[in-house]
Amino acid sequence: MELTTTVAIASPRQRTDWWQGAIMVVLLTILTAFILNPVLRVLWISVTDDQSNFTLIHFGNFFRRPLFRESLWNTLWSGALVVTFSTVLALPLAYVLARYEFRGKLLLQTAATLPLVIPPFVGAVALQLILGRSGMMNLLLQEWFDISIPIMEGLTGVVLVQTLHFFPFILLNTVVSLSNIDASLEEMAQNLGCHGLRLFRRVTLPLMLPGFIAGALLTFIRAIDDLGTPLMLNEKNLLAPQAYLRITTIGMDDVDGYVVCVVLVVLSMVTLLAARKYLSLAEYATVQRAAPVARQLHGRNLAVVWLVIAVILGISLLPHIGIVLLSFAKVWSFSLLPTTYTLGHYEEILFRVPHFIINTLIYTLLAAALDIVLGAAIAFLLLRTSVPGRNALDAIATMPLAIPGVVLAVGYLRVFHGWDFPGIGAPLTSSWLILVVAYTMRRLPYTVRACYAALQQVHITLEESAQNLGANRFRTFVKTTLPMIGGGLVAGGLIAFVTSCVELASTIMLVPRIELGPISYGIYLYMQSPLGRGAGAALGVVAILLVSFGTYLAHRVFGGRAGNAFRI
Amino acid sequence: MNTSRVTLENIGKSYGEQWVVRAVNLQIQAGDFFTFLGPSGCGKTTLLRMIAGFAIPDEGSIRLDDREVSRMPPWQRDIGMVFQNYALWPHMTVFENVAFGLRERRIARDEINQRVNRALEMVDLKGRESRRPSQLSGGQQQRVALARTLVIQPKVLLLDEPLSNLDAKLRVEMRLELLKLQRGLGLTTIYVTHDQEEALAMSTKIAVMHQGRVVQVDQPRVIYEQPIDDFVAAFVGQANLLAGRIDSRTESRLAIDIGDGNFIEVSDGGTFRTGDAVWLSLRPEAIELALPGTEKTSVNNLHGIVAAAAYQGAFVEYEIAAANRIVKARVAHSKGKTLFQQGDEVMLTFAPDAVICLAGSDGK
Repeated sequence: MELTTTVAIASPRQRTDWWQGAIMVVLLTILTAFILNPVLRVLWISVTDDQSNFTLIHFGNFFRRPLFRESLWNTLWSGALVVTFSTVLALPLAYVLARYEFRGKLLLQTAATLPLVIPPFVGAVALQLILGRSGMMNLLLQEWFDISIPIMEGLTGVVLVQTLHFFPFILLNTVVSLSNIDASLEEMAQNLGCHGLRLFRRVTLPLMLPGFIAGALLTFIRAIDDLGTPLMLNEKNLLAPQAYLRITTIGMDDVDGYVVCVVLVVLSMVTLLAARKYLSLAEYATVQRAAPVARQLHGRNLAVVWLVIAVILGISLLPHIGIVLLSFAKVWSFSLLPTTYTLGHYEEILFRVPHFIINTLIYTLLAAALDIVLGAAIAFLLLRTSVPGRNALDAIATMPLAIPGVVLAVGYLRVFHGWDFPGIGAPLTSSWLILVVAYTMRRLPYTVRACYAALQQVHITLEESAQNLGANRFRTFVKTTLPMIGGGLVAGGLIAFVTSCVELASTIMLVPRIELGPISYGIYLYMQSPLGRGAGAALGVVAILLVSFGTYLAHRVFGGRAGNAFRI
Repeated sequence: MNTSRVTLENIGKSYGEQWVVRAVNLQIQAGDFFTFLGPSGCGKTTLLRMIAGFAIPDEGSIRLDDREVSRMPPWQRDIGMVFQNYALWPHMTVFENVAFGLRERRIARDEINQRVNRALEMVDLKGRESRRPSQLSGGQQQRVALARTLVIQPKVLLLDEPLSNLDAKLRVEMRLELLKLQRGLGLTTIYVTHDQEEALAMSTKIAVMHQGRVVQVDQPRVIYEQPIDDFVAAFVGQANLLAGRIDSRTESRLAIDIGDGNFIEVSDGGTFRTGDAVWLSLRPEAIELALPGTEKTSVNNLHGIVAAAAYQGAFVEYEIAAANRIVKARVAHSKGKTLFQQGDEVMLTFAPDAVICLAGSDGK
């Protein structure tokens, strides 16, 4: 996110070599072809008529249709609610985590990251079984009080699922902002007579606010970008599902679908720019000399914190419990728990139709590898050279953060459909490679960020001293730079791997044939019928295991800074 | 200004098994400029933070005049503090920063404006009220921090290495400014630093600290000229520490054997007896150099060979091999005076008054 703020570091004494220019040209070509062009094509279609003349009539139509107006409003409203509820959940936890030492803190930290390993659309299915109309909670309520709470219906369900999934993002961001506040800033206020809630309001809150707001805005982008949850809960009146349904049911030539896409992109872009502004503010506000001293929690306060941990842990584990139960359930309907258990679903996905898992591994590992190469090259150009075009490169590489998966997929379908892509002898859209490309581009900002951070920590003098001692450029890179940035590169790749494993939006639009689908596609297919739910859940468990494993590895590689991976 | 006396009685503070401050007893009089001087990790900052209320002593008491404050929260103490990094709030303007403490004290708006203006005038920052701290230079930031603390008219002022983030030239300027300001206000000030020059220049009293304990408390001049032990001698200023043994004593003089047939005479020998192992502390600037064979001006003469000479304009730093050790000498220089070169034979001369005899070179 902070990429552009430090681009100016490259010193003027460096001259531009031809090969640096060549890398720049190649990178710009790739990013233009697979990021800029598809999005611009979507935009182009939305603002032209049949004769390719400029017109805003499609946007006029958008705002005249009650369905679209309602979808727009629902998107904004549910996004705002998700951010609000996540904040309510995250803020007190963040304060406790950042400012207190107590037994069980590690447990709380772990509990807080659990929702990150379960894809929201998988969580949606699981929560329906527990909190849905005929789920565990309502069955009990019916039996005891003869009432039921329709908490999983429509927009409410979407907000609930997304809140449970997204609150860790706000939590992690807020913890970081809080612990970045220099201890002396608060001590000074105490020294001048300020304490307690007043201290929090006058000093702590204003200082952590920029970082918190940036986190909240980025969470908002993720919420409005999420296609899987509304589809699973059958809530169609939101922008993402509208774009999806328009293109898949009415067809590629329906202009309305493109208009919805453009509205989504504009919303995300504006939010991203705002977040960027706040992030730069946040950096300026932190001094980072001494983090505030964590205080010990004892007695009654500790008991209260433990109670909160238990509740949060319980709630954030609900989807996990539900999905595991479902994956072993032979029959589970209108009953508290499954009535009979089976291993059949795992047999189905591991032996009868193993291609979902195999495809996922091939696609995501390829995408992660490509991301590392692209990310490292981009980071190198931004930090170590003065090749012209670096700002454009940075801007385009950051764009995918604000391009919903649906929109990128629509752009790909439009651009790559109907002509043979050089090298594969068929349209790109009929090959599985399109999924690899989509994953690579969708996750590129994360890897660029990780590579950039890693390379930034290698001070240029470390390389210069190697050259001074006689190592040429290549040997300098292999013997000094690579060992120092290796961890960062791997971590960046793992982030791409983990998030691609559960990418649904672009997947369901781009999968050419069923047998080429990855796990997320399989889950989506299975979940369409009550009979397939068990197998879908088993695939969901596999996805959770893959994500947990990748996240764990990233933690190992990244060390304590692993939280950074989830800060965008 | 209404200023206070600070009494520290048997203060101790430990983190786990480790005592970071132990058995500290200090009387800080109203109006003193009192400095805690010591190397990093000696406990001086912890001691300061206990006075401010950011740490609670495990034992002992802290009194402001006659009021016990050691367990009082920081916001009730009325002790102003300036942090090493200034701790200016980036989300407030200069004016808001300085007005903060007054607003906490629920002072009327008109009076706040008046007092903030006066404080900013005092530190020469009038006209920058609406700037943000990040728009100020380091020196200006520091003066805002000072104004913010002084404007609440604290009973005691605590300064935690306030000059350490400034560049060398500004540091010397601010040292004098701070000195004049403090003497003018007559405000009891406790100053923490590891910079002995700063301590000597500004303090009315210095407490030298080492490993959590106060080693010596006195006026700057006494600390420098009569250090109580080898640590103080070496830490405050430079000192040649020569291990030796008392050879004989007369009414007013001690003769000390420093090995290889070299003897040094010291006046004011304290209570040492013949045979005691001692450290001799000899300041580099107390040594005169002469060509061998010139007329002796003192009873203390050592023959040596210049090992290194660093010309610094107003003086020359020499390292001289003499009496089987390296002795540092700092000789005032002016145009036309002899410069010795590496390898030159020289005679080191110093007065018996200039040498201080300290306990305990046993086993070293």
